Amino acid sequence: MNTKKLDTRRRKAVKVWDAFENNKKPIIILGAATCGRAAGAMDTWKAVEKVVKKLKVDADIVEVGCIGPCYLEPLMDVKMPGKPRVSYSNISPEKVERILKGFFKEDEIPSRDVLGHFGDEEIDGIPKFWDHPMLKPQVRLVLRNCGIIEPTNIDHYLACDGYKALEYTLSHKPVEIMQLVLDSGIRGRGGAGFPTGLKWRFCQDAPGDEKYMICNADEGDPGAFMNRSLIEGDPHALLEGLIIAAYAIGASKAYIYIRAEYPLAIKRLEKAIEQASKLGLIGKNILGSGFDLGITIKQGAGAFVCGEETALLQSIEGMRGMPRSRPPFPAQKGLFGKPTTINNVETLGTIPNIVRNGAAWYSGYGTEKSKGTKTFSLAGRVRRTGLIEVPMGMSLREIIFEIGGGLFKPFKAVQTGGPSGGCLSEEFLDTPIDYDNLAKAGSIMGSGGLIILDDNTCIVDLAKYFLNFTQSESCGKCVPCRVGTRHLYEILDRITKGDADTDDFEKLESLGQAIKGSALCGLGQTAPNPVLTTLKYFRNEYLAHVKDKRCPAAVCRELVTYRIIPDQCTGCQSCVKVCPTGAITGPRSEPHNLDEELCIKCRACYEICRFDAIAGDAIVITSGAESAEATTN
Amino acid sequence: MASNPLSSILENSSGSREDLIPVLQKVQAVEGFISKESVGLISRRLKISENEIHGVATFYAQFRFTPPGEHHILVCMGTACHVKGGAQLVITLEHELDAKTGETTEDGKFDLDQVACLGCCALAPVVKIDDKIYSQMSVLKLRQVLDEYKEA
Ligand SMILES: Cc1cc2nc3c(=O)[nH]c(=O)nc-3n(C[C@H](O)[C@H](O)[C@H](O)COP(=O)(O)O)c2cc1C
Ligand code: FES
Repeated sequence: MNTKKLDTRRRKAVKVWDAFENNKKPIIILGAATCGRAAGAMDTWKAVEKVVKKLKVDADIVEVGCIGPCYLEPLMDVKMPGKPRVSYSNISPEKVERILKGFFKEDEIPSRDVLGHFGDEEIDGIPKFWDHPMLKPQVRLVLRNCGIIEPTNIDHYLACDGYKALEYTLSHKPVEIMQLVLDSGIRGRGGAGFPTGLKWRFCQDAPGDEKYMICNADEGDPGAFMNRSLIEGDPHALLEGLIIAAYAIGASKAYIYIRAEYPLAIKRLEKAIEQASKLGLIGKNILGSGFDLGITIKQGAGAFVCGEETALLQSIEGMRGMPRSRPPFPAQKGLFGKPTTINNVETLGTIPNIVRNGAAWYSGYGTEKSKGTKTFSLAGRVRRTGLIEVPMGMSLREIIFEIGGGLFKPFKAVQTGGPSGGCLSEEFLDTPIDYDNLAKAGSIMGSGGLIILDDNTCIVDLAKYFLNFTQSESCGKCVPCRVGTRHLYEILDRITKGDADTDDFEKLESLGQAIKGSALCGLGQTAPNPVLTTLKYFRNEYLAHVKDKRCPAAVCRELVTYRIIPDQCTGCQSCVKVCPTGAITGPRSEPHNLDEELCIKCRACYEICRFDAIAGDAIVITSGAESAEATTN
Repeated sequence: MASNPLSSILENSSGSREDLIPVLQKVQAVEGFISKESVGLISRRLKISENEIHGVATFYAQFRFTPPGEHHILVCMGTACHVKGGAQLVITLEHELDAKTGETTEDGKFDLDQVACLGCCALAPVVKIDDKIYSQMSVLKLRQVLDEYKEA
């Protein structure tokens, strides 16, 4: 296909999009990304089909990706002819009939469970979707299509200016595109924040005819899902960015290395590649330009270290994913020994926007040294969880308290950068987020995972969690990482068991610094960060474990006890029934008894006491000195 | 070679080293695990020693070398799930199934495993059973779900 034919096709696409925007029959839109499905979107889907049939309406059901506020999923939107799209939240199957009946039979816009409408006009009792406090402060550039277009429909993408950046690219020299990206100031979104244009230039300048372009979709940070969401919601954006990048560096073969834990994202990509190939956007002589590109998907196999670029290359080649020291950098000696560029999903997904709108447009967002926007996944103990996109430089306070709506309990810390990052305390809440500020604070930007922690999170337990993760994911090639992280973990483990003393703090610090300075790859070099930052900012919590043998958050298993407060217990027997070990006994209507010897601390009694039991708060989880207090009051 | 799924996977591979991990993934998808016999077949087709194949396969958490149970339970051990009480879910499952993480129950009905993250962190904690992800789990919800599978 050449550009002319693409123009013809785009005109058809615009019609398809128009039929979606100015629909003649009702459309029901379901957010069915992995998160939506986990919340039950497919059950809602079945209910929609059933109700539509029952009400005898002719309606289309369309699937879109995640629009961001995952905590409100499943989301169901209804778009009546001539009316704006209206979104409803937490739509379990039993709510479907009421809402659809309202639209179809009573000719109204039901206001119960409504999240907002997408129109410009004011509608009585129905707020505007984009005015929602989680969405209003956001700037959606890379996420512009997510949750809006049908990800499996290339016409939707084409109609929303899709592949225009590719057309522009192919009519310019590779070096011009590289310069454009360099001028935009975009830095790699995979973690390290290396200027993307510069990375492309190194590869462009490297001698050799055979070069490779790789998209890193391994998304190894456990607790982050920005890349998954983008791929599931707008797969063509990634493909377009990948094709542009390949052209700029002079590669004729590209790989997408994606973790196997993301089956739906893989499916979306496979489909998108098939569609783009059919239109001649991938393959031989792309749009008549003479540029060839093949794209292959490689699935990761469950190794965190394979997100590191040199390990990733080994893995694609069919080896154990062992990192090697750099230099030589992949730009000189990469996949199969050839010059290679590796970019993250979000980096590549942003490229088409930059090419279409220009470098100045993009660098108009963000801070001096960190341009543009960044996506973050908000998770943990924050009210509104989900995926967000904000300009670089927004403060953590705005993100957590305005967009995220704050916490249910007092704020303790925010974890950024995953296993390579750190925990930042309250004093950093007003720090504008960018690469340099986060690094200065002792953490890192990382790929965009933000885990919010409250009083119920134990900082030491979290540090131990990360070290357990890194020590088990260490590939074992270098001693500092293999032995050092194991050692850090063991010390932390002892602290959480109340079996350590303050000398251990120094050991953690000196060992942590030693590993940082001597490990072979980024995994080891950053693995001590979670310990070092928490020791620095939350020393009192460490001290409580060591000195008082107490876990202030009542999390560390060896230090907590489950107790029944006799005054609160009405003897309703709910906990007796759910206790799996028979640790709780007692006749009805009398305070029950909890045998600590038999208790496995599984939490079932605690949960049932809050949800089901007559009294409510009779079971407490306490630690150290508090325990005695709790039982006597 | 007959036209069983395994041999068609091998025949469709290009025979290059790069194909090793994809072939192992396909074999596991069909057979449920990587058996000694399949390692032998892969070794002959890709001309890589069995030892080497074993070395690569054991490096990656995805591969298993014993037949799977009827239902595969994956507890997410990602940061968000950890912070929201994932550990309690593991205790509950290990107790209810009388199996440790990485083991199969005696009746062969369940495998119990952990995963680094399923990308549903906003709805933590999550547990995946076969192809279905259960979100915002609690100990009690998990026990209910488990009972459904036990009875089925
Ligand atoms: C242990 C480790 C794990 C990593 N995991 C990922 C990952 O999952 N995704 C990613 O894009 N980058 C990851 N990186 C960073 C990559 O090595 C690389 O810098 C990045 O993919 C480059 O893309 P960018 O320049 O577009 O950011 C990881 C690095 C290390 C050290
Ligand atoms: S942390 Fe459990 S799904 Fe991501």
